Amino acid sequence: MLILTCPCCGIAADETELSPGGQAHITRAGPGADDAAFEGYLFLRTNPRGVHFERWRHSMGCGKWFHVARCTVTLEVFATYTAQTAAPPRQVVDEIIARRPDWQWESN
Amino acid sequence: MSDPVTPLKGARYDGFCQITEIGPRGMIALRGDLVALAGTLRAVAGLDMPCQRQVTAAGGNACAWMSPDEVLLMLPRPEVEGALAQLAAALQNLHHLAADVSDARALLRITGPLAREVLAKLTPADVSPAGLPVGELRRTRLAQVPAALRVIAEGEVEVICFRSVAQYVFDLLSMAARPGGEVTLFRA
Ligand SMILES: [Zn+2]
Repeated sequence: MLILTCPCCGIAADETELSPGGQAHITRAGPGADDAAFEGYLFLRTNPRGVHFERWRHSMGCGKWFHVARCTVTLEVFATYTAQTAAPPRQVVDEIIARRPDWQWESN
Repeated sequence: MSDPVTPLKGARYDGFCQITEIGPRGMIALRGDLVALAGTLRAVAGLDMPCQRQVTAAGGNACAWMSPDEVLLMLPRPEVEGALAQLAAALQNLHHLAADVSDARALLRITGPLAREVLAKLTPADVSPAGLPVGELRRTRLAQVPAALRVIAEGEVEVICFRSVAQYVFDLLSMAARPGGEVTLFRA
């Protein structure tokens, strides 16, 4: 069971108070993209073993979307941060690297 | 105007806590830039803009922080119409929303020293005195539905939920307050 602190209202929310929004920071393909690029945008996810960026909505709470950086192996949460960003903020990346020195940010 | 009717017509259950439907109460959902709305809130309702998760109250009115761009203004039911007109006039040049949600919400009260325990059986939220201090408003869920919890004082909790699930929430709270179900973890 995950407990994520919503950056919008400061509440440590239980997983059952939240709605999952899937992988975060996906670049939208199209309009004008070819079928393969659009398929990638719609369906193909990295599903990593380790550091993962996700979107969550505090649906049974303040109602806002936010981002989460966490580890899919240990369920450790590195950070929660604003939804109004296309990439993880510098301090979030630094926080992850401090605990996972081999990891590096790659946009997709 | 016809008289407001609360969804449960003042239903009451006596268990190890009392569950009572309260209301009617006037409720206005006010959305927008809370900093920009603060002056109008003070002028119309005589209330300070609440900080995150807090509730401000004065003279029978109250204002609860709901999200970074929403507050719930609570006032006597007959004053809703006038307040909405005042808000509309004062905010005509500011992007905002002010909606009468008095009929869209149900209000329940849990009374008794073990009131926190009734909540603890139904919500994943930390409802200990440290996790949910007196005066704060916590939006969470009760079993399957969203609800807002506010500990008015130790032994007195107010629950706000959607009107359509009023009976469900009343039944949940009543079941959780059945005599013999005391756990006495949070005795006030
Ligand atoms: Zn939240």
